[in-house]
Amino acid sequence: MNAPGVSNVGRQRRVVITGMGWVTPLGFDVDSVWTKLLSGASAIGPVTHFPAETFRTNFAAEVKGFDLANFFAEPEPFRHAQRNSAYALAAAAMAWKQAGLGDAGKPGQINAGFTKGAGFDERRVGIYLGAGEGILNFDGYAKANLEAWDSDSRSVDFKRWAEEAYKRFDAHGETEQEPNMPVTHLAEAFGACGPAFNCMTACAASTQSVGEAFEILSRGDADIMLAGGAHSMIHPLGMTGFIRLTAMSTRRDEPSSASRPFDQTRDGFVMGEGAGILVLEDLEHALARGATPVAEVCGYGSSADAYRITDIQPDGKGAIAAMGEALEQAGIDPGATDENGRPLVHYISAHGTGTKENDSIETKAVKGLFGDNAGRIPFSSVKSMMGHLIQAAGAVELITCVQAIRTGFVPPTMNLRTPDPVCDLDYVPNQARDLADAGGVEVAMSNSFGFGGQNDTLVVRRYRG
Amino acid sequence: MPRRVVITGIGAVTPFGVGIDALWEGLCSGKSALGPIESFDATGFRSSLGAEVKDFKGRDFVPKTYRKAVKVMARDTKLAVAAAQCATEEAGLVTQGSSAHADDGAALTYTPDRVGCQIGAGLIAAEVPELAMAMATATEDGEFSYARWGTDDETGAGMDNLTPLWMLKYLPNMLACHVTIIHDAQGPSNTITCCEASGPLSIGESLRVIERGDADVCFSGGVESKLNPMGLLRLDLTGVLAHTNPGDEASSLVRPYDENATGTLVGEGGGILIVEGAEAAKARGARAICAIEGFGAGHTPASTDPERRAVGLEVAIEAALKEAEIGPEKIDAIVPQGAGHRHADATEEAALRRVFGDRLRDIPLVTVTPQIGTLAAGAGAIGVCVGAKCLEQQKLPARLHAGTPVDGLDAGAADARDADLEYVLVCTGAIGGQNAAIVLKRSAG
Repeated sequence: MNAPGVSNVGRQRRVVITGMGWVTPLGFDVDSVWTKLLSGASAIGPVTHFPAETFRTNFAAEVKGFDLANFFAEPEPFRHAQRNSAYALAAAAMAWKQAGLGDAGKPGQINAGFTKGAGFDERRVGIYLGAGEGILNFDGYAKANLEAWDSDSRSVDFKRWAEEAYKRFDAHGETEQEPNMPVTHLAEAFGACGPAFNCMTACAASTQSVGEAFEILSRGDADIMLAGGAHSMIHPLGMTGFIRLTAMSTRRDEPSSASRPFDQTRDGFVMGEGAGILVLEDLEHALARGATPVAEVCGYGSSADAYRITDIQPDGKGAIAAMGEALEQAGIDPGATDENGRPLVHYISAHGTGTKENDSIETKAVKGLFGDNAGRIPFSSVKSMMGHLIQAAGAVELITCVQAIRTGFVPPTMNLRTPDPVCDLDYVPNQARDLADAGGVEVAMSNSFGFGGQNDTLVVRRYRG
Repeated sequence: MPRRVVITGIGAVTPFGVGIDALWEGLCSGKSALGPIESFDATGFRSSLGAEVKDFKGRDFVPKTYRKAVKVMARDTKLAVAAAQCATEEAGLVTQGSSAHADDGAALTYTPDRVGCQIGAGLIAAEVPELAMAMATATEDGEFSYARWGTDDETGAGMDNLTPLWMLKYLPNMLACHVTIIHDAQGPSNTITCCEASGPLSIGESLRVIERGDADVCFSGGVESKLNPMGLLRLDLTGVLAHTNPGDEASSLVRPYDENATGTLVGEGGGILIVEGAEAAKARGARAICAIEGFGAGHTPASTDPERRAVGLEVAIEAALKEAEIGPEKIDAIVPQGAGHRHADATEEAALRRVFGDRLRDIPLVTVTPQIGTLAAGAGAIGVCVGAKCLEQQKLPARLHAGTPVDGLDAGAADARDADLEYVLVCTGAIGGQNAAIVLKRSAG
């Protein structure tokens, strides 16, 4: 919320999205994945990345058939990239190409698109990701731990541990786990020398990254920002951590319908993995080089619950603050309607994880902010189909908001069969909806709330010149 | 006009102890906090010297009502919570977590939604003994067994031996989350994870958040501890640490900008500052330690040529100078990273030469790594703390150097000395290539 008299200081420039790319459990191409989302497809099945059969949650939404070489003509510099970085690179290549900036799939063509009216200025191209960490060499780690564990004294002999660990860990494997590495790889791939950041606000990270990239462009500190997130926690310790927190569904006998946001029988989220990357651009810069804006970013809000590490503030106060700030920046009154009586936000992509707590409190927050309008805004969770991409979730879901604007359809919340009295909004249950007759989608909002209480919301609208 | 921003409190937790005074006195004394690692047996590691925060108890810095949570805090988080507490006290900021508020009922300085939090963090390594103990229950024929780890039976084996909240201890955003909970900071909140640059990037973001009116004050900085087996191993494998031998004098191993430098040593800790709108700070009668006049960020290009790599830091410094509306001739001292490993140092030297030209030889470089090692995600934040302190004290701390810096740099051994400082540049480049630069200005009053 802005203090009196300082509203929108420094926010002089309009920011548009000129390219989008994602790597998801449902596929890689924006349009084909969108079709699957509208058809209610599920990407959830048994974990194959490691032997998880006996895990209480042994299913997830994995990315299948991925090969970086399908996206980069010259993938050699990225041969050590782990899943997080590789997904980010591929998603960025797709976004870059859609933005007309160049084609990473062809040798020497990465910045070919900058010739039209605006040359490539490496200092004005930045990166802000909300990428997650890489993956521990778990087998090597387990081996070192067991070798060094003394069961009599119940302690670790660290001299022995070091000896084993040096044998089993290598420089690339360890360096790639640092959470800034996806940014490092993207900077190399696309030649970006402008402002570069990575943030890790858990499940809110890539929403935050787009928001802060938007602020950097608004202020004029760059012309182009690659923003979004990439993450995979489908690995032994990632799954272990969430199983111990009892945050994931344990519906092992019916994995494809285990992700049930807003349903009364929901029992936790389902882990996904992937990346979502957007090209954000200063509108003037985009127009000068003849690019086509696909949507405009017009609002961003960030807040903290400041409540408890393990629980969400029960009234949704933090969520309301983030949503409220984003709408205020977008100049949208949540309680207002247009001349046809329609609320001014036409679609909300829910954080909608499928945990008891999130879904009821997010519902309460949306009602708290939108009042009587809340029930009239389609509010769905694609996590019901592709699981929770953790730090990549926000950017992927923002892309679904842009797709809603482009196509006039909103994706369903699947597996919503048993209504929950405390989840009583319009979640677009089980079937995508065509909003053409209602006037399409002009404005959409995307929510992401992180474990620990960091909340972020973005508002995008159809680009109009 | 955008709102101007000042620093009103500095909280540092470093190998010299808790509090900015301990750090400043330590740095000025010319002593080094580096020595043999004592918190675990590091003799099996190729680099077994470091700078530890000794006799540190996280619970001493946590309000009584929140002490229960200490058990789910990693060391990084405990250090951050302590730094934030110190910063709050120095700034005279009254929050929910202040003893002034809890004990004496003093009114909050700001409403909670006007208080932001941007705290940089690193990849937090899980504690080895905790996992080793659990893993030891899940073996088959002496080997780790995924099947038994999954705990699908009644044998008591596997992952259920980990406490339910196990993972929450190691999420990097927990530094910021615990600080926001303790101080009821409900404004914009972020966790930047760009290794050494995390702190200044966070402080730069706090500057923007306040400038655009989204908060009046922010907890801002970066903290990390890689002083654990996994952290140390990882840091060593990335190639930045000096390898040590028995009998080595730790402080003489770390030689910033020395052609013969072999690497840095591990430290731990960091800094959290209270970054505040200048008008609001003035209105409440707070003392501005210094002003933040400019911030810039840039990315290092991938190259084997240091001149080419220099572009990223150069972009950051030039943006910060431009925002401060000054030329490089105005900078009186620089707090660089001065890591003491050639790859990073060569990049930094080249960038500073490009910006400052021949005058660089006359600008003192304030290097702290021979005294406290690298604080990883806390490194750049400590740079800002030190830069602010130099301006406040009008003094440069002592500089240790057992070798010879390359020509044209004022970076050799020196005693602490008074100095006339108007502008100080703090710059940090991360392993991985993210760079940040901040221009600080002496406070008018």
